Amino acid sequence: MSSSEKFLEMILAVLLFVAVVGIILFAASRFGGRRGDRAVAIAFLFPTVAALLVGLLYPGVRTIYQSFFDAAGDSFIGLDNYKTIFTSDDQITVLRNTVLWVVITPFVATGVGLIYAVLVDRTRFEAAAKALIFLPMSISFVSASIIWKFVYEYRPDQAGVKQIGLLNQLLVWAGGSPQQWIINSPLNTILLIVVMIWIQAGFAMTVLSAAIKAIPEDIIEAAKLDGASRFGMFRFVTVPSIRPALIVVLTTIGIGTLKVFDIVRTMTGGQFKTSVVANEFYSQSFRANDQGLGAALAVLLFILVIPIVVYNVRHLRA
Amino acid sequence: MSTTSAPLTTTPAVGSATLAAARAKKRLSSPWASLAAIVIAVLWTIPTVGLLISSFRPELKIKTTGWWTWFSDPEFTLDNYRTVLGTTGSSGLGNYFVNSFVITIPSVVIPICLASLAAYVFAWVEFRGRDILFVAVFALQIVPIQVTLIPLLSLYVDAGLAGSFWTIWLSHSTFALPLAIFLLHNFMREIPRELIEAARVDGAGHVTIFFRVLLPLLTPALAAFGIFQFLWVWNDLLVALTFAGGAPDVAPLTVALANLSGTRGTAWHLLSAGAFISIAIPLIVFLSLQRYFVRGLLAGGLKG
Repeated sequence: MSSSEKFLEMILAVLLFVAVVGIILFAASRFGGRRGDRAVAIAFLFPTVAALLVGLLYPGVRTIYQSFFDAAGDSFIGLDNYKTIFTSDDQITVLRNTVLWVVITPFVATGVGLIYAVLVDRTRFEAAAKALIFLPMSISFVSASIIWKFVYEYRPDQAGVKQIGLLNQLLVWAGGSPQQWIINSPLNTILLIVVMIWIQAGFAMTVLSAAIKAIPEDIIEAAKLDGASRFGMFRFVTVPSIRPALIVVLTTIGIGTLKVFDIVRTMTGGQFKTSVVANEFYSQSFRANDQGLGAALAVLLFILVIPIVVYNVRHLRA
Repeated sequence: MSTTSAPLTTTPAVGSATLAAARAKKRLSSPWASLAAIVIAVLWTIPTVGLLISSFRPELKIKTTGWWTWFSDPEFTLDNYRTVLGTTGSSGLGNYFVNSFVITIPSVVIPICLASLAAYVFAWVEFRGRDILFVAVFALQIVPIQVTLIPLLSLYVDAGLAGSFWTIWLSHSTFALPLAIFLLHNFMREIPRELIEAARVDGAGHVTIFFRVLLPLLTPALAAFGIFQFLWVWNDLLVALTFAGGAPDVAPLTVALANLSGTRGTAWHLLSAGAFISIAIPLIVFLSLQRYFVRGLLAGGLKG
């Protein structure tokens, strides 16, 4: 397909879609008054409800069903796929890594974001300083992974061979010998987590910065009159005041981290004991062709997300 | 991926000018604080700078010396970008760049249209079962897209859509709906009821109200969600990888780059230039519409 054909298909798709919406609107506009409410509701909601039923609900239920079947999806094997996840050595490594990701990423990213937000708050350079940390958010995880893979790049430790990765060069300057960072487990998982922290700190900073600015001025003044130190202010005024925002940021990053796929895929493909549940789902489903285990991993992901989301939503309501 | 929401009330208080002036005075007091901020800023910037500089260095130089030597031995070339942008050959990404565009535009337009219709109904039309349905749609944000991929793929195969852009358009549009409806619904509820009632009294039907009264007021909300969705789709790997595979006809830049990183992990002249080509577009969108993006972030949440 040539580029122009692709653009043509794109325009046609958008037009087709606009036409469908137009027909819905036209049909809905024929009904007036209170009696028309029901007709309008049905017409406006139909495409959405249909899409969600076919595109989210049915596949979700289907995957849960499939997780009780074997690799080919033919014979029922009960909970065996789930047993595999919790007993096979490879899968236990996957679980261990996932725990590392979910425990480390939210706290470090939120910590860095919070400290940075406090440090640059109301300084002359605030906007520019924030933009620097915020920019990684607009980068794809794939590009971010490439950026960091370059930092971790390794060249053999031989005479005449120079390091091109910054981390190894720093090590050499400090008198050490270069390491194959990406290959050495379990440190490699930590180095992959660094990429996620690098991306998410900007999100944490933005939300927390807004929360800090919303702290009522009189509270700050009162604390100052009481002679609060800079740290005391942070510990006893800032942090308690923005507690709801902190929880939302932590849980939101936690949910995102649980589903992290792109970083692992791009940096290691899940090799060298770096796989996580979301990546293992992909590997099992599409590379190893084990439909059952893949489905079980997807369901596991679903189950793990639920408590965090519920906690998150409850805090939003509070 | 599911979504969650950030507090609606934390929108930055645009304080009065006097307040801002009073606040500005007390700052930059501690040199340690400044130092810490600078250290974080440098740590966060250097990895990107390193790869950016490398993308303009000749292939041989990238592979034999560190990018930091560029400061003492500056050499500048656009060859890497030229190679990578070519649409022919295995290293050409130009093709995938076009695919990314073709994938992204409908994947942003379709959910915005559908979600604004649905959000309008949830916000301003009374009917039985409305609240339950709204909660159900809201709850669907929890479903990780991984759970849906394989059954969706077989649905697409059955429908004869496999390997076409339609699979990616439809998938992204569907996945976006719960968050989009939730966001737009919140914005719509903030529009004063009197405005809607007044239009009704004047004899306007739902369609007229939707277009004439609500849509103009919703522009910031639509922009906020539009940016979210744009960045999300442009940067997506999982959906594209699942439905397009590596097919040069439909696969986007992210897939091409991830493959390149896997198969030619040492081709740094291609990887660096390719990465920055894929970064350029979202960065432009992001910087020009940052205001809306931040507002959306604070009002509704983050896909993750």
